[in-house]
Amino acid sequence: MTTMTMGKALNLALHDALQSDDRVLVFGEDVGKLGGVFRVTDGLQDEFGEERVFDTPLAEATIAAVSLGLAVKGFRPVAEMQFDAFSYPSFQQVTSNIAKYHTRTGGACSMQLVIRIPYGGNIGAIEQHSESPETYYAHTAGLKVVTPATPADAYALLTAAIQDPDPVIFLEPKSRYWARQDVELPLSPLPLDRARIARDGGDASVIAYGPTVQVALAAAEQAASEGTSLEVIDLRSLSPLDMDTIAASVRKTRRAVVVHEAPVFMGLGAEIAARLMHDLFDTLAAPVERVGSATVPYPPSRFEKLFLPDAERILEAVDRTREY
Amino acid sequence: MAKAIQAHASAQEDPIAGMLDADGALTPEGEREASVSNETLRELYRWMVICRRLDQEGLNLQRQGELGLWGPFAGHEADQVGAALAMAPTDWIFPYYRDFAMAVCRGIDPGKILTIFRGFAHGAWDPHEYRFGPFIIPVGSQVPHAVGFAMGCKLDREPTAVLVGFGEGATSTGDWHEAMNFAGVFRAPVVFFCENNQWAISVPIRQQVSGRIVDRAAGYGFPGVRVDGTDVLTVYAVVRAAAERARNGAGPYLIEAISYRMQPHTTSDDPTRYRADADLEPWRARDPLVRCAERLRTRDAWDDAVAQQAQAEADERAADMRRTLLNASAPHPSTVFDQVYANPPAALLRERDEFAATLEPGGAE
Repeated sequence: MTTMTMGKALNLALHDALQSDDRVLVFGEDVGKLGGVFRVTDGLQDEFGEERVFDTPLAEATIAAVSLGLAVKGFRPVAEMQFDAFSYPSFQQVTSNIAKYHTRTGGACSMQLVIRIPYGGNIGAIEQHSESPETYYAHTAGLKVVTPATPADAYALLTAAIQDPDPVIFLEPKSRYWARQDVELPLSPLPLDRARIARDGGDASVIAYGPTVQVALAAAEQAASEGTSLEVIDLRSLSPLDMDTIAASVRKTRRAVVVHEAPVFMGLGAEIAARLMHDLFDTLAAPVERVGSATVPYPPSRFEKLFLPDAERILEAVDRTREY
Repeated sequence: MAKAIQAHASAQEDPIAGMLDADGALTPEGEREASVSNETLRELYRWMVICRRLDQEGLNLQRQGELGLWGPFAGHEADQVGAALAMAPTDWIFPYYRDFAMAVCRGIDPGKILTIFRGFAHGAWDPHEYRFGPFIIPVGSQVPHAVGFAMGCKLDREPTAVLVGFGEGATSTGDWHEAMNFAGVFRAPVVFFCENNQWAISVPIRQQVSGRIVDRAAGYGFPGVRVDGTDVLTVYAVVRAAAERARNGAGPYLIEAISYRMQPHTTSDDPTRYRADADLEPWRARDPLVRCAERLRTRDAWDDAVAQQAQAEADERAADMRRTLLNASAPHPSTVFDQVYANPPAALLRERDEFAATLEPGGAE
């Protein structure tokens, strides 16, 4: 048993991938000597050399594009975008080329590559360092979008993402980089299309992912002390969505609350709510509730806690579902 | 200051630039040095005749309603054929959407390529089989792909050169500049091949490019030349030299080949709205086929039979292309689902099956 932060778990996953497969390359801005602005690539260049772990010029579109070229050449690129909003210059490369290359080559060229993006707020930073861009990517067919909530999952999902033959947008909840967990080593890769039940419960299902899983668990803990039993689902994968796990839970609880840091408007909660209404219309006891940010740019850090989901807002939403 | 002067001097010492005259064509010494055989020059001529005929047939097929769109490449015969044939079979090419002649020179069945424009599929060949990437539509975005691939060739210590084709409009995109910079920083074995046909749909070169494209290479720390893109011999010799240079580890090179787009951007375009037919006149006089024939005559290597044979072969290939296209059957619509992922999620497979079921008789109910 080892105690490990999520940052360290990601570092270990990259380390083990570099070690076990000599086609794996790690690159991005400041990932070399510095070890990344969040130190996720710390020490990797020292160990694996400047050919396999290297700094690039400050040009996100081309960081993504050379990943594509290297994947065609048979490498397994793992590229880092420094921050959520800094991934936007690469948006055309990711959505028009990386996501479509397999189709555009008649299935001949798979895009076995990973683009890591630290995302989410709650770190006291400016807006372009605090955003949740997951629906931009999840809306694009051809990508897989994954986000861990714990150090163990961070290791297992990143390992699986690097081994998967398709392009994976790997969203790292930066507010959880420093969260610790006791981890049993070695860890095996996880399937990229399965949610997990983070906590069993019977009165309502709280569907969360990445940074909000911990918040949902805290809400469930508080609810339990008040006699309400919440089931918490950690999606792990945002595309594809594991609707089987979500539906099985809601069939049991008949109530659902979706929680994310992104604005509620057009957020992932909209898709989940629509699917539940369609598939479980007769089962649902109440409308699906959504907890997320307002339709505003990510707020100044002084106010961010007012916009981020917290246990209280989740419990209020649960209460609304129980009014029916 | 001294360093800057030195850098300028070394750019002038570029041996490739030394092969060219002020008009961007091989000097007599350059031609001797390149020592392209008469046989190769006739082969270049033959491919240009074939590709021009296929281009005409593509246009005909579109006019007859058999293709949704055609992007003619008339005017590009010399630059595309010269560049494609100059690359070694082990080299790679990443094309832009107008590089049809390059694809044909690489051995891809033209009738199969046309299935893309018939709306059957987005891709029609395996890039690894022909060492030829897919046609990329978002302008300029293929340029950094070639750089990434070339970085990989360097990491693998392979003597492979990578050519990337693009028009002059692409040089306005951020991707192009980023790719040039990456190539310079990583000394990637890339030949940047600009097919400057002076029109990006309706926007002429003077409104597209400030300064000269070729001069931008120096800004990224590597050399480049501007060549006469209607002279196939020059294009062939210069691309071959730049590719060899890249294979030898000397890094990237930029070639700006000047030609002229003799046709609309695509069959959806209407050039009468933005240019006069008289604008084309000087370029008709510089027809790549005529110029190649002149070079062959100068070498005393011209033979009317060669031209007749080439034309006959071109007609035959055009008929073949038409036959292949019209005989090709559209794949089942649900195959659209099959190529999204190499390892498709179960949810997508379910969606495919539901879609397929709606196509069965009575399935849409």
